Amino acid sequence: MMFRKIALGAASTLGLLAGGAFAEGGAHIEDHAFAHEGPFGKFDEFQLQRGLQVFTEVCSACHGLKYVPVRTLSDEGGPRMPEDQVRAYAKDMLPPVADPVTGEERPREVSDKFPENTGAGAPDLSLMTKARAGFHGPYGLGINQMMKGMGGPEYVYSILTGYAENPACAPDGIDGYYYNTAFANGGIPDSCKDEAGHSTITGSWIAMAPPLSDDIVTYADGHAATVHHTAEDVTSFLTWAAEPKMMARKQAGLTAIIILSVLTVLLYLTNKTLWAGVKGKKKAH
Amino acid sequence: MAGIPHDHYEPKSQPEKWLHSRLPIVGLVYDTLMIPTPKNLNWMWIWGIVLAFCLALQIITGIVLVMHYTPHVDLAFASVEHIMRDVNGGYMIRYLHANGASLFFFAVYLHIFRGLYYGSYKAPREVTWIIGMLIYLAMMGTAFMGYVLPWGQMSFWGATVITGLFGAIPGIGEPIQTWLLGGPAVDNATLNRFFSLHYLLPFVIAGLVIVHIWAFHSTGNNNPTGVEVRRTSKEDAAKDTVPFWPYYVIKDLFALCLILIVFFAVVGFMPNYLGHPDNYLEANPLSTPAHIVPEWYFLPFYAILRAFTADVWVVQIAEFISFGIIDAKFFGVLAMFGAIAVMALAPWLDTSSVRSGRYRPKFKMWFWLLCIDFVVLGWVGAQSTEFPYDWISLIAATYWFAYFLVILPLLGIIEKPLPIPATIEEDFNAHYGPANPAE
Repeated sequence: MMFRKIALGAASTLGLLAGGAFAEGGAHIEDHAFAHEGPFGKFDEFQLQRGLQVFTEVCSACHGLKYVPVRTLSDEGGPRMPEDQVRAYAKDMLPPVADPVTGEERPREVSDKFPENTGAGAPDLSLMTKARAGFHGPYGLGINQMMKGMGGPEYVYSILTGYAENPACAPDGIDGYYYNTAFANGGIPDSCKDEAGHSTITGSWIAMAPPLSDDIVTYADGHAATVHHTAEDVTSFLTWAAEPKMMARKQAGLTAIIILSVLTVLLYLTNKTLWAGVKGKKKAH
Repeated sequence: MAGIPHDHYEPKSQPEKWLHSRLPIVGLVYDTLMIPTPKNLNWMWIWGIVLAFCLALQIITGIVLVMHYTPHVDLAFASVEHIMRDVNGGYMIRYLHANGASLFFFAVYLHIFRGLYYGSYKAPREVTWIIGMLIYLAMMGTAFMGYVLPWGQMSFWGATVITGLFGAIPGIGEPIQTWLLGGPAVDNATLNRFFSLHYLLPFVIAGLVIVHIWAFHSTGNNNPTGVEVRRTSKEDAAKDTVPFWPYYVIKDLFALCLILIVFFAVVGFMPNYLGHPDNYLEANPLSTPAHIVPEWYFLPFYAILRAFTADVWVVQIAEFISFGIIDAKFFGVLAMFGAIAVMALAPWLDTSSVRSGRYRPKFKMWFWLLCIDFVVLGWVGAQSTEFPYDWISLIAATYWFAYFLVILPLLGIIEKPLPIPATIEEDFNAHYGPANPAE
């Protein structure tokens, strides 16, 4: 039994390396190549701007973004929108805010944050791509996460694109819920469980209705707006929202590595010279 | 103990003499830096400096973080986001601090296992070892409380689970738990006292580190041969040693730089790899995460905590003879603290007359098994408690205790050690040849 499990694990690991998708915890997370991945990955500012549009026109109906200051939309390493455009966005697109000093309602300013939105019971998305892991294992060794990242963006993307027809075991699904192949933590009808109570299907039922459909937004730059594209764009935007200093961080990491590498070489040579007087010639064995 | 004979600081100029007769601080620094150090130390002796660096890094980044952090249940999580988004370089300071804890523990484990292999804990270095164990305990306390401060889901539930351990103590457990938490559950009072102690303990660690260094500067460093530096004369001692400055300072800095390259790769490119995604969700007392997993550096001892369940016969016997006072939960807690206690007692459990594992053929085997055991415990600590993980953790936990309580005492009696070199110089020259072959 154990050996079969290991063999299966090895097979799925190989599948991973070949770039295939895999199921974990009963859900299917698609490994997606985002522009921001890897040590040199960067945010595409135009993609972030498109993602903001999707968020504004679709997601923000139910979801908040309460930790993200509006002004950061014009920051370096982000969507880099012109400041007047951001000012207009704050005033026109976002709901008014109660002034923290006077308590009176006024139009939102760039120094305010995106609104909190708890009305529909939907989670805040400020940190969602860091609060979810798409990849695990194998066998708790953390190798997948090391090779492919934690997979938070992949998780969000997979949820957005993971809606499917109800599976054969539950053609009527669950009333008020939607079958999603990427969602592991939702309800599953008994007809889709085996005798031991384990799920026989991929994914489960989620409360969020499918938010995206083809051409649900119209991009100003004429970019295609299929479900795939809008999901990719809004996921990139949310990845930036969760980690707005990602590009600066990678740059700092790279700079540190270069400086330390030079220092390491210098110290290696210093150390070698220093000890040469103490050590005799290494004996041949 | 007089220490290894070497040249001491002699004040030359008038101002130097003036200061030296009033406060011999220059002499103290000089003697500390110029301390004769065995010249055969290998690369496993670099972790001390890495640890000193980590402590400094954590204190410096920590002090800056405190300037922007708010210890309140309603504000803590948001203030961490404020650090990540608004504070200049705040994201870097926080990631350095969070990952610095991991580097700290990574280094301390290698440092401890180096001591276990080369018998650094054995006489006359027991005090150094015990102080080291106290530092390790203080580190665990500090790291645990620090992890609570961001007030994420794992912060909250980790704190709930770990303080719950104290609740397992029979009779007085619950009052102790309430006292620790400052209330019936993890709440604002808990966050505030953890914040206070998280700030305090590093300075306790710094004090202990000074005592730790003082202790092994009195006994002299251990070294890969376990043979002591000759103290018969300054000349003899000089044949076995080099001054710490510049020889080991430069060597250690080289190693530190190499390690920092990896460290900055983690901080720069994968700063959340060692963290848990759930900690980016604000603490919610009404929603328990599916898996509550401690940080990786606690996992080996967490595995020992969970290994002894109610259906293990040792636990059942303990419960029977203690009239039910020691139940499975309390047994687990005792096992977890006991695992560290037996390690602290290694100086008295190891009966071998030979210090270094290099000359102990049987010991070597058991030692490497202990290293594997530690890694297995760390891995299984993150798994579920279902079959086969329950068995793996039980076997691995048992080996941990067997190593210290059975194998170490027995080996000293049954093992025939290899011949050890007469002096450090002899060993060093066997590797590198005499420094000046003309002599």
